[in-house]
Parts: sequence; C-alpha cells; structure tokens
Amino acid sequence: MKILVTVKRVIDYNVQVRVKADGSGVEKENVKMSMNPPDENAVEEALRIKEAGKADEIIILSIGEEKCQETIRTALAMGADRGILIKASDDVEPLAVSKIVSKVVETEQPGLILMGKQAIDDDSNQTAQMTSALLGWPQATFASKIEIEGNIGTVTREIDEGLERIKVNIPFVASCDLRLNEPRYASLPNIMKAKKKPIDIKSAEELGVDVSPRIEHVKISEPPTRQKGVMVADVAELVQKLKYEAKVI
Amino acid sequence: MSILVIAEHNNIEVKSSTLNTISAASKLGGEIEVLVLGSNIDNISKEISSYQHVSKVIFIDSEKFENAIAENIEPVILSLAEKYSHILAPATTFGKNVMPRVAVKLDVAQISDIVNIESEDTFIRPIYAGNALATVKSKDTKKVITVRPTSFDVVAKEGGAGIVEQINFDIGESKVEFIDREESKSDRPELSTARIVVSGGRGLQSAENFKLISDIADKLNAAIGASRAAVDAGYVSNDYQVGQTGKVVVPDLYIAVGISGAIQHLAGMKESKIIVAINKDEEAPIFNIADYGLTADLFEALPALSTELDKLNSIEK
Repeated sequence: MKILVTVKRVIDYNVQVRVKADGSGVEKENVKMSMNPPDENAVEEALRIKEAGKADEIIILSIGEEKCQETIRTALAMGADRGILIKASDDVEPLAVSKIVSKVVETEQPGLILMGKQAIDDDSNQTAQMTSALLGWPQATFASKIEIEGNIGTVTREIDEGLERIKVNIPFVASCDLRLNEPRYASLPNIMKAKKKPIDIKSAEELGVDVSPRIEHVKISEPPTRQKGVMVADVAELVQKLKYEAKVI
Repeated sequence: MSILVIAEHNNIEVKSSTLNTISAASKLGGEIEVLVLGSNIDNISKEISSYQHVSKVIFIDSEKFENAIAENIEPVILSLAEKYSHILAPATTFGKNVMPRVAVKLDVAQISDIVNIESEDTFIRPIYAGNALATVKSKDTKKVITVRPTSFDVVAKEGGAGIVEQINFDIGESKVEFIDREESKSDRPELSTARIVVSGGRGLQSAENFKLISDIADKLNAAIGASRAAVDAGYVSNDYQVGQTGKVVVPDLYIAVGISGAIQHLAGMKESKIIVAINKDEEAPIFNIADYGLTADLFEALPALSTELDKLNSIEK
C-alpha cells in the first residue's frame, strides 16, 4: 500500500505574524517558513505505519511555489520515499487543493491519504473533508489514534465532547490532530540521503485544475489589541479587584 | 434570500452553538430554515421551531443520523441546497466535519469560522491563530459558512414560527461504522459557554496538581480549561484544550494559571472580558494581555486564592 501525505509550507509557528500596513496581507519577507505542524504528525504517522510493515511507499505532496520543495525535503529527511510538487500560486484555496489531490490520487492510487487537520496560516480546516467527498472515500478527521488491521482502519477522533472511535475501510482519508504522535527529528545522514530522493514537479494547469480564487481578500487587519493591565501585589488584592473593580466574581 | 442552518444536538438537547448560528444567520436577513438530522428528535425539532427568527424546521428522524456521521449528513444537505443562498453550521467539530463536504460537492469555497458579517457576501474571519483578521468576499453564488459560536449571541428560545416538516431521504449503506464515544462527564458549566474559566498550563507539573485548579473552579462555578502543553503532558484530556487547535472561549473572566501565553493559546482566549494571569515568570507573555497579573508561585497562590474566595463567600452569606 502507498500512503500519500500532504504538506503545506507556512510561516513557522513560533513567528509573531505581522499584518502589512497597507492591509494587503501579512509580512512574509525574511520570515522563517516551516512545515505546517499537524502535517508533521501526518508524515510521522505514515512512517510508523510503514515501519510496522503495513505500507510500502510514502509519497509527499505539496502545492505552491518552488520553495515548497524545502518542505517536501524535510519530510523526505524524516524518512518518506519521494515527493511531488504541484506548482501554483502560494495561496491556493482548500477547494482547489482538494481537486489537485484527487488528480494525484488518480495516478498514484494510494490506500491512505494523511493530512494535517488544519493549516496554521488560514486556519480553514477543510481540505481532508473536501478530498474525502470528491474521492467518495470515507473520512476520519481530527485523528489522535490510527490503527490499521488488514483492510480496516480504526480511528480515534478528537471531538468537542471528548473522544469518538470509528471504523473505516481502506482507502480512506485521515486528518491528523497534533495529539496523534510526536514527530521525529531528521538525522544528519537522513538529511543527506533526502537530497537524492526524487521530487516530481508539475503545474496545476498540467493537471487541468483551475486554482483561481473564489474568495477575495478585501483587507487583512490587526485584531484589536488589549491594553496591558495592572500587576497586583498578592492574592488578596487580586480578589478585591475582581470583586469591586471588574465585578466579575 | 433563504438561509439553511444545520442544527447541532446530541439527540437529547440542542447545543448552544445552534442558537449562536441562528443568530449569525439573522444578521444576513432573509428566511431562516433549520435542518435537524438525528434519532428520536421530535422534541428537539419542535423546540428549535420555536426559536427566534426560525421560519421552519425540516427534520429526518433515523438511526442513521444518531451519531452525526458526516458522510450521511452531506447528501441530505445537498438534496436541499438548491433553494438556499446561504448554508450555515457552527464551527465546532460537528460543523467542521460536515460542511467542507457540502462545499466541494457544490463547487464553492467554504468560508470557515466567521466572527462577523459585513454583508450577504462579505465576512470577517480570524487567520494566523487570530493574529490577523481577514475581511473576505465570496465570489460563489451559494455561500457555505461555518460560524464561530462565541462571536454571536444566542437567539431567544421563543418567537419562532413553530412550523415543523418531516422529510424522507434514503442515504443507503453507511461507509463509516461508529464504534463508541467517550464523553467527559462533568457537573461544571460547559467550557465553551461558561461565564468563568480557570485554566492550567505546564506550570501545574502533574495531573494530580490539577486539583488545585478544580478547587478554584468549584468555588467560582467555573469551567476548567488547559493549555496544549498541559494536555500534551497528559495532565487533562484534550476536550479541555483552549487555543488555536482546541476550543475558543469568551468568558467574562478567564484565569490563566501557570500558562506562559503561547500565540496558539492566546488564540483561544484573548477575547475574554477580563483576563487574570498567575505565573512565577514575570516575563511570561501572558502578562501582556492580562488585565490583572500576579507574579507568584502557583502552589502558594492557588491555596491562598481558595482561602480568599471562602472569605468572600462567607461575607456574602
């Protein structure tokens, strides 16, 4: 079985994002970029499934500008086998992403697609669900545990009320929660090895997918900032303030 | 213009997120109809039909909808989609699971997690964990939207048209087999709607020490929250998580204890009315957004806070 894992290149999660003064977007010049964190969990899970002898090949797919190859290389250094880059403008919407993934699935025929549950830049949380619907494969979203036995996947899902378990047949699409696993660091020898692993590059047009945006970003603005408050000396003062000044207890 | 709201419930009770979503829909103007899918939901359907702004409830009562399987719900919404200009669901794990399926089948881009409505096609939504707000305009003729519940008031539970219509729909064989659900049971208020939230972070150091948090929560009739660091360390389960990948809360009072204030945590609580931070590190970023900050060792501060709250309660009595 092949596993297809999607990875997105995003502003690193430790970077304090700054909104551009003209409201056209956020500052991306000279900003550290990394793999979207839950995508790392997806890569890690694929590696573990392969290491357990339940998959033969892990293919990493990224969509975006040329530099997304770096993100693919990161996944290859973790241990994935080969990469595919579909070149497109850097802000392809989930709708178009799911169409591209479906096209890649036609040629690659994976048994499992693993994705991060949400990208930390646009916070959409849509792509896995859309891909599942397009392919007609079952979906297992917000996964914190994935067990594969033969042709069946048992998945524990993180839901607002607690945890839920479902059973789905292969092929299926899973979206990975940060709690799924602890992603490994790539070792230096593996980083060197990854440089020789193949990355196949195509464009969205070659796949016949229209990536033109359906949503216009009218304006990106700063959220209202909170005023820094006061420091209190001790717990007694805190309780007095909450009771008589803020009147919330 | 006609709007369809997808109701979230647990077959027994209507979730408050449904009331927030109807409220958001009312800001668009136009007729609001609500779709209720579930098992033994006669009462729930009648109840929703009485809510403010609701002109009609459409429901299907079937075991196949008992566990809110997205693959089962999606075709029903699609079969009804034609007559509506907007389809809305709460941006909870329920709505997030279902709505992108509907959007892709209608070939429209979903607008996720809106916090405000500018017009019938223009919405405001947080991006980058709430570090930026995007004003987005949909070019699609039909809008598929998820609504951040805490950003909209709840509607009144009266004033609806009281019209309920049962329909039939054959969804065929289910592709997903539901096994079980483990819900965290608690007598405390629900985290996402509580008036007061007391949250603990990595500073608590163990699951055992979370008792210090629950003691304060009991005295304030508050819900308990946690940072992702505390969840990852196994102190509490994930349904307590507040933040970018957990729940977004907007209580009147949020008390952050032993939480440093990572961007991802702030995304889930910085809209709270009053924020209190207790941390022994005076440089902790949480202090930058706190209305009241206390630099202290939480293992001394929390027992002291407990005593002070007891004093306050005894004065009131």
